[in-house]
Order: sequence, then C-alpha cells, then structure tokens
Amino acid sequence: MTATQPSDRANEASVIAKPKPRLTWLKNTPIYLFLSIWAVIVIYPLAWTVFSSLRTDREIMFTPWGLPAQMHFENYVRAWTKAQIGDFFFNTLLVVIPSLFFTLLLSAMVAYILARYTFKGKQVVYYMFLAGMMFPIFLALVPLYFVMEFLKLRNTFGGLILVYIAFSLPFTVFFLVAFFKTLPKELMEASIIDGATHTQTFFKVMLPLAQPGLVTMAIFNFLGQWNQFILPTLLMDNTGLAEGQTRFVLSQGLYFLQIQQQYQNDWSGMFAAVSVVMIPTLIIYVIFQERIEKGLTVGALKG
Amino acid sequence: MKYGQRRFIFGFLVIPVILYFIFVILPFGSSILIAFTRWRGVSSSITFNGLNNLIRLVGDELFWNALKNNIIILFTLPIITISLSLLFAALFARGLRGQRFFRITFFFPQVLSAAVVSVLFGFVYHPTIGILSSLLGALGFKELSTFPWLGDTSTVLWAVIFVAIWQAVGFYMVLFIASMQSIPVEFYEAANIDGASEWALFWNITLPLMRDSLRTAIVFLMMSAMDMFAYVSILTNETGGPGRSAEVLSSYLYGEAFRRQNFGYATMLAVVLMLLVLGLSMIGMRAGSQETIEY
Repeated sequence: MTATQPSDRANEASVIAKPKPRLTWLKNTPIYLFLSIWAVIVIYPLAWTVFSSLRTDREIMFTPWGLPAQMHFENYVRAWTKAQIGDFFFNTLLVVIPSLFFTLLLSAMVAYILARYTFKGKQVVYYMFLAGMMFPIFLALVPLYFVMEFLKLRNTFGGLILVYIAFSLPFTVFFLVAFFKTLPKELMEASIIDGATHTQTFFKVMLPLAQPGLVTMAIFNFLGQWNQFILPTLLMDNTGLAEGQTRFVLSQGLYFLQIQQQYQNDWSGMFAAVSVVMIPTLIIYVIFQERIEKGLTVGALKG
Repeated sequence: MKYGQRRFIFGFLVIPVILYFIFVILPFGSSILIAFTRWRGVSSSITFNGLNNLIRLVGDELFWNALKNNIIILFTLPIITISLSLLFAALFARGLRGQRFFRITFFFPQVLSAAVVSVLFGFVYHPTIGILSSLLGALGFKELSTFPWLGDTSTVLWAVIFVAIWQAVGFYMVLFIASMQSIPVEFYEAANIDGASEWALFWNITLPLMRDSLRTAIVFLMMSAMDMFAYVSILTNETGGPGRSAEVLSSYLYGEAFRRQNFGYATMLAVVLMLLVLGLSMIGMRAGSQETIEY
C-alpha cells in the first residue's frame, strides 16, 4: 500500500463514477476467502490426482493425501503402454483430425451457400440443419446404431469420423452463416466480375476472410469431438480384435480402465492415466485461455 | 453463368447434405416410428406394437424413478450453478487483483470431458482412498471417514449433481462476465450519482440487463439436467446407483436399448425425453421474453 497522494484525491471524482469502487485490501478479504474456497474445491481433486499418479499404491491406500516420497514415473509408463492410454490417444487423434478438418470445410461450404445464394429448396436445407440442433442425441441412438450396422460402419474409424462430422454440422453451419453474412458482398461480386469462378471465389477470397470464424469453430468442435463420450460408446467396441488392440478413444477408454480397475487394483496406474489426459489439456488451455473460453462460450453468447 | 451457379450450389451442398441426412435426419426421423414397435435386435423382426410401449411406460416404475431424478436435477443444477457463477462474475466485475488466476482455475473443468471428470470424481468419492472421506475423517467426522458416497441411496444423486455443478460453474461465470461487461457504464454513473447502494445497483441494473444471458444459461442448464448421461453412467458404473437412486432418463433408455435389447421401448423413452426437452426449451425461451430491454 502506498500513501495517498494528492493526485489520487484529484482522481477520486472519476473513481466514484466507475462501477468498480476502489476497495481496500481488508475489505476484499472475505471476497478472496470465498473465491479461494471454490478454487480449492476445483484444484484439490486435480492436484491430488497428479500427486497420486507419482506415488505407490501403498502410499495412496494408507496416506490419501501428501506428496509422493519418491517420483514414480513408471506409473506413467504403465498407463501409457499396459493400460493402452497411448493407443486411446492415437485413436482419438486418428478420428478427430480428419473429422475436424471436414467439419470445417463442409460447414463453410454449406454456410457460404446459405448466406450468399438464393435457390429453390433453400428453406428446406435451412430448416433441416436447424432441426438437428433441437433434438437430444438420445433420440437418434437406436436408429443410428442400426444405420451404422447396416452400412458396415460400426467399429470403423471412418464411420465414427462421418458421424462426428454429421453431428457437428448444424451448429457450425449456423455459426458460419452468420459470419459469412458479415463479410462485404462487394468482395464476392468483384471477384466474380474479375473472372473468377464461384468455387475460386470461395476458396481464394471468402474462406481466408472467414478465418476468425473458422478458428472459433475449430476450437469449439475440437473440444467437443475430443471429449465425445456417447457416440464412441455407442459405435466402437473391441469385438474381433486381437488381445492388446483397441478401438477405444480417450474418454471411453478411461471409463473402460476404471471398470477394469475394480478387478486389477492398480491405483497409481489409474491416476497416471487420468493425469496423462488432463495435463496436456491444462497446458493447452493456459496458453490459449482466451481463445478457448471464447470458442466454448460462443454457443451460449449466440443463443 | 446461371447454369454454372446452379451446378456450383449443388456441388457444394451435395456431400454435406447427404452425410447429414443419413447420420442425423434419418435416425431422428425414424425414431418416431421405432418408438411404436417391438424390436429385440438385428436378428429379430420389427413388429408394430401400437400403443403398448406407451402403456408400458405409464406403468413403469423405473421410468418414473428416472424422471423424478431428472426433475430433482432440473431444479437444483440450474439454481445452484447460476447462483454461484453469477456471484463469481459479480465479484470479478469489480476488478480484483489476481482475477486471472481465479478465472482460469474456475473455467478449467469445462475444458475436460465429462467422462474424465466423472472418472476423477469416482476416485474422489471412493470410500477408502477418496479424498472426500479422508478429508472429513481428518476434520473429525469419524463416521464419514469411510463413507461410500456413490454406494448409498441417500447420497449418490447429490454426488452426481455436484460433479455437474463443479464442471459447469466456470463456464457460466465467463458467460456472465461477458454479459456484465457489455452493460454501458452510463447506467451505473447515473445511479451512482443518485447514491444507490452496490447491492441496489446489482439488483436493479445489472440483473435486468443480463436477462438474455440468464435465460440462455437457464435453457442450457435445463438441457444438461435432462442429459447427465456421462456423469451417471460413469459414476454409477451404468447401474444407476444403488437402488437406481441416481438413474436418469438418458441412462435408463441407453440400458434398455443396448443391454436389454428393448429397442422399441427404449426409443419410446427417448421420444418422451425429446418432448420434455423441447417443452422445457420453449418455456425457457418464452419466459420473460416479452419485456426485452433495449439499450
């Protein structure tokens, strides 16, 4: 705390007018105390998981809290290889990378058409995509399961990719329609007059301009698809695979490990498995915090 | 030119529309029919079942049990989540030192998947190794030091609801902060000159001007309350908890379909869930929309 300078006094009139009255540290103490309680409630389970992942099963069982006496990084090796977290990671990437790419590409194509062209049946297309956002996914589960079975797409990564894209389309399309509508029409007209085809105009002029909207949707869909649980649970299992192979993605795989855990009692390995999933997410989140917050809340802010 | 344009439109729409039709529209649409059938799996034939699924549903205690739990969640999850996140947002709107740390911390659970969070809380609630029990034991509640939070009919539903709140608070906090920041300062300046208290400012200016985002939050949280699938399935190992005390419609219908092969009946449950979701979102969107405040 510095002593109050005369110049501060002079500023006081403007300070009062602001919605943030300047409070003394003392007055803020209850606020900090309150915020700290929730911070502890959030951090404690996470920190406990990470600490436990470096301890032995004995330590976890008998002294539930406390720091690891020695760092047991071998828990991570066990989680990565024996518990197949490495495979789950790989499977998730294998699905999410192509699925994210095509979600953005196809959504941008549909959104551009809906935002900039008039044609017969436009209303039908528009309302079809709108309808997909209204219903709970549970309504589609039984028929989707049999559609996938019928098309021989169940238990294939390609099939899961197609389903991820299809279910990501409606929201992404509507977000990008609004975005394309904000871009000046003149640019598109000028490009056509210059002799570019519609396709060239889209890829060379409009798509680069839509980049901020695409980035927001990339973050939104990446997290949504990376964290997806019910669709892989419905569509992927390990039938017909050799021992040690798996089709599971991360969130589904972690749950599978938790069930197995009840028979195997490898607590430290299990904590390591959860940490392996959590820590990279934390690092990425802290780096791209503002973008991720914006990308995630965009659905609610639009609504 | 005109011909080229039509071909271009068709070319851009054909793949996404086909994909979307096969994997989204077709399943959603056909479910309305499947809900009125008796269907036990791929090998057996589908037979039209009239209103029997609906009649069974009315007399199905497990359905009413799941619905009851959904309703409990529907009333607790939005209220607690919104109260907490609104309070945090209001505190941050004053511009606190270190608020970046709190903001990052509070939002982080939202970045994780509900599945990971549920697995993690499966540990937290564990009677022997879990930190909740050991914490309470250390605080002197000896009888709670090995309490099975997920294995007791009186606590399992609340344990599940807490996980949902834990994950959601940061999200709505960020939403409300954005909404508060968009309120023009002049509103406060005028009221400040009139000598209104901080509480009066919050109650009479901030809250009414946040109407839209509050409504969105309520609708979103009601949708979450009608979902809960990942939390319930993982925290209860797909049992719905002891005595199914934490079973919700989504987990019940999933089990009916994919563990007991009652595909027709499960789809009828899904149709009821859909009607509830649509009804709730309509109520939510209507509520208070007559008097939108322009500024």
